[in-house]
Amino acid sequence: MIRYLLKRVASGIALLCLVSTVTFMMVFGATGNVARNILGENATADQVTALNSRLGLDRPLMVQFGDWVSHAVRGDLGPSWTMSESVASALASRLPVTLSMVTIAVALMALLSAMLGIAAAVRGGWADRAIQIVSVAGFAMPNFWLGLLLVLTFSVELGLLPATGYVSFSASPSAWAASLVLPVTSLVLSGIASASQQIRGAVIDALKQDYVRTLRARGVSPRSVLYRHALRNAMPAALTVLSVQFIALLGGAAVIERVFAIPGMGSLTVSAALIGDVPVLMGVVVTLIIVVVLVNILIDFLNAWANPKVRMS
Amino acid sequence: MSDINTAQPPIPAASQRRHFVRSVLTNPTGLVAALALLIVIASAIFAPLLAPNDPSAVQIFKVNAVAGDGYLLGGDGSGRDIWSRLVHGGRNTFLGALITVVIAASIGVTAGLFAGFYGRKLDLVARWISDGIMALPALIVLLAFYQALGASIYLSMAVFGVMLSPGFFRLTRNLVNGVKHELYIDAARVSGLSDLRIITRHILLSVRAPVVIQTSIVAGIAIVVQSGLEFLGLGDPSTPTWGGMLQDAFSNIYVSPQAILWPGLAITATVASLVLLANAIRDRMQQGGVQVRAPKVLPLAVSEPLPQTASDVLLDVRNLVVAYPANEGWREVVKGVSLSLRRGEVLGLVGESGSGKSQTAFAILGLLSPGGRVLSGSIRFDGIDLGKSSGDEVRALRGRRIAYVPQEPMANLDPAFRIGFQLVEPMMTVLGISRAEATRRALKLLARVKLPDPERVFRAYPHEISGGMAQRVLIAGAVACSPDLLIADEPTTALDVTVQAEVLDLLRDLQKEFNMAVMLVTHNFGVVADSCDRVAVMKDGRIVEINTVADLFAAPAHDYTRMLLGSVLEDGMTRTYRPPMTEGMRA
Repeated sequence: MIRYLLKRVASGIALLCLVSTVTFMMVFGATGNVARNILGENATADQVTALNSRLGLDRPLMVQFGDWVSHAVRGDLGPSWTMSESVASALASRLPVTLSMVTIAVALMALLSAMLGIAAAVRGGWADRAIQIVSVAGFAMPNFWLGLLLVLTFSVELGLLPATGYVSFSASPSAWAASLVLPVTSLVLSGIASASQQIRGAVIDALKQDYVRTLRARGVSPRSVLYRHALRNAMPAALTVLSVQFIALLGGAAVIERVFAIPGMGSLTVSAALIGDVPVLMGVVVTLIIVVVLVNILIDFLNAWANPKVRMS
Repeated sequence: MSDINTAQPPIPAASQRRHFVRSVLTNPTGLVAALALLIVIASAIFAPLLAPNDPSAVQIFKVNAVAGDGYLLGGDGSGRDIWSRLVHGGRNTFLGALITVVIAASIGVTAGLFAGFYGRKLDLVARWISDGIMALPALIVLLAFYQALGASIYLSMAVFGVMLSPGFFRLTRNLVNGVKHELYIDAARVSGLSDLRIITRHILLSVRAPVVIQTSIVAGIAIVVQSGLEFLGLGDPSTPTWGGMLQDAFSNIYVSPQAILWPGLAITATVASLVLLANAIRDRMQQGGVQVRAPKVLPLAVSEPLPQTASDVLLDVRNLVVAYPANEGWREVVKGVSLSLRRGEVLGLVGESGSGKSQTAFAILGLLSPGGRVLSGSIRFDGIDLGKSSGDEVRALRGRRIAYVPQEPMANLDPAFRIGFQLVEPMMTVLGISRAEATRRALKLLARVKLPDPERVFRAYPHEISGGMAQRVLIAGAVACSPDLLIADEPTTALDVTVQAEVLDLLRDLQKEFNMAVMLVTHNFGVVADSCDRVAVMKDGRIVEINTVADLFAAPAHDYTRMLLGSVLEDGMTRTYRPPMTEGMRA
């Protein structure tokens, strides 16, 4: 168990190093136009050269990389090129917003897909058809278009919910919840589409196992057979889906935050990408990789809880 | 030998391929999806013919105009024709999707073929890379690379292709692992074909259909993501795109809300067609072209009033017919079985695999596999007609009065729970006793089935004990509530020879101790001779002979019984009896 987790942590660190290196080479290797982007079309060549040297872009790429790494390991991701704050502080204020939105979305998605998937596995019928429809709709509708339709219906037409803007939880819990209803709804549909199908398959597989017949033959109640035994054994498959969906939603959040003007990692990434704020992009990638690695380790823990074989080895 | 057939690689002939395509298209969903896709693609190709206006031409008085007056769907925020932009937008969408799909498929399929075929180190490295790529939020990476990739959306879509290649990789790798030990691959290797030729000629063909499905799905993902990137403002603003149109509509949402609809509908309809087409192909592959529909449930044949059964008869099965849904209608696996079992009697149910003996046992337990049904006949247990009882009533009998010992001990313990819990839970449910009482009884039972360290086994998980121990645990679970009838389905088949005898001894002892009736399903006449009072021989879903063990061994009445006995005797038990064999039975 300890060995298994250590291996996962080591693999995560290796991934982090590899991705940061590749990303650095890509984003810092293409900074030719950045100074002009930042200064605008009317800047003189001298101004551009001056900015390039102030940002350290006139140094060889490897020197820049060494410099970045030596600061990054101490948690210093450098100053933003376009905002007045440091990358680390920008991320610190943005990350909780995105994480809370994505976490709520994943939890909701897990709950709804589990209900739908189990119902379809056990009863078939309407739940099966619902899953089929949701899986096509959720896959085919871009989440931001769904978001736009929701804004159109619930904000523009009905005026029930705020169209844009984000209120922090500490400012007003109820306004915070209201500001998240539409974004979270737009995010979960595609997740439910794939997760409910996978959970349905996992539960059907679990119910086909020989031990289910034996448990029934011993007089164990159908409720316990399904919710205690089959579900526990379907857990690893469901957890894998959750980790895949979590990653997908982190990406999906970028577009959704734009639609609903939510000040999270996504909108930070978009504006940094469009203007070329390279340190911010590096910071975003590194932070998200760390989040993904941590979430996957958490999933491994849950998996070990559900599956004694993993726990023992 | 059948090797001549299996040595043929599964290459469908051209006519079969046409048949495959036709059967996908005769499926209504498949047809509609294919048509819709065709229309969208055609309108993108012929966009200049279909579009009445230049997609970039601006008419200042048409800003956010409603539909009509030359603008079929109205004007956008800059006064451009929405309909013209819509048909032109398809071009860049399909080109982007094509780039993604080609790159994802060529990297993924190639890597999957080689990793699957050569395995080991290459496989390990490829899997690590693939897992790593899958751990990245694709959209964020594409955004981060935007400055480096430049304004062309196609470069971004190429990178996205790399990020989607793990899907193709995993699919291909698993498929190759499945086929690489097939006979036709070995045959190709023996005949001196190089690895590269085997991979490209034989293996690539067998993974073709799943790759087509994956391609369809990936194209859908690519279209959605591309529109997302364009919606965010990436890409060339001078090209009309569906995502860019949505961005424009979004900024004018209060002025001209209907403009939101068209690009979104175009994306959704296109992607939905791709998914539905993939589903149609998948259905076609899984079902072999035949729509499996559950056949109509036949009414239970009215059973003639049963003659009063003798009071010592515990189980009375008459004309039992069990069937499963097959392509058209029902496939009968048990075709009219009648047998009875007295209290304390041990009946052997013998036959080859597939003869219906296990299905008879499951029918009595009321635990047929999903889809299975008792079509006619009756099962009476201690005077209760199980066919007429409700599910709850039958459930109340299970565990308490009818018990079951399965064939594969390891597969019949829930791997996620400790053995103790798996014994305690049924006792608490069936007997309504406390956890402490159930625990005490479970430990006693584990000792009774002669497990060396009951406390340890009680705390262990199933994977921590041996198959022989697991079978003892299952026997302990079966007799936990002192049942009247024990149904043992090949209880020793999966065990080592040395353990088999011990387990049979244990079953025999317990049978005497609890005075249980036992129905022993087996294909082994040695087990029958050792343990049974009477024996029923099954063939093709029917009982061909029922007799006492002594009479059956002395004078088997049916040819089939003689043949089964013959094959046992030839294994070298006793050589006093050698049945005559007719030509037809030798096969």
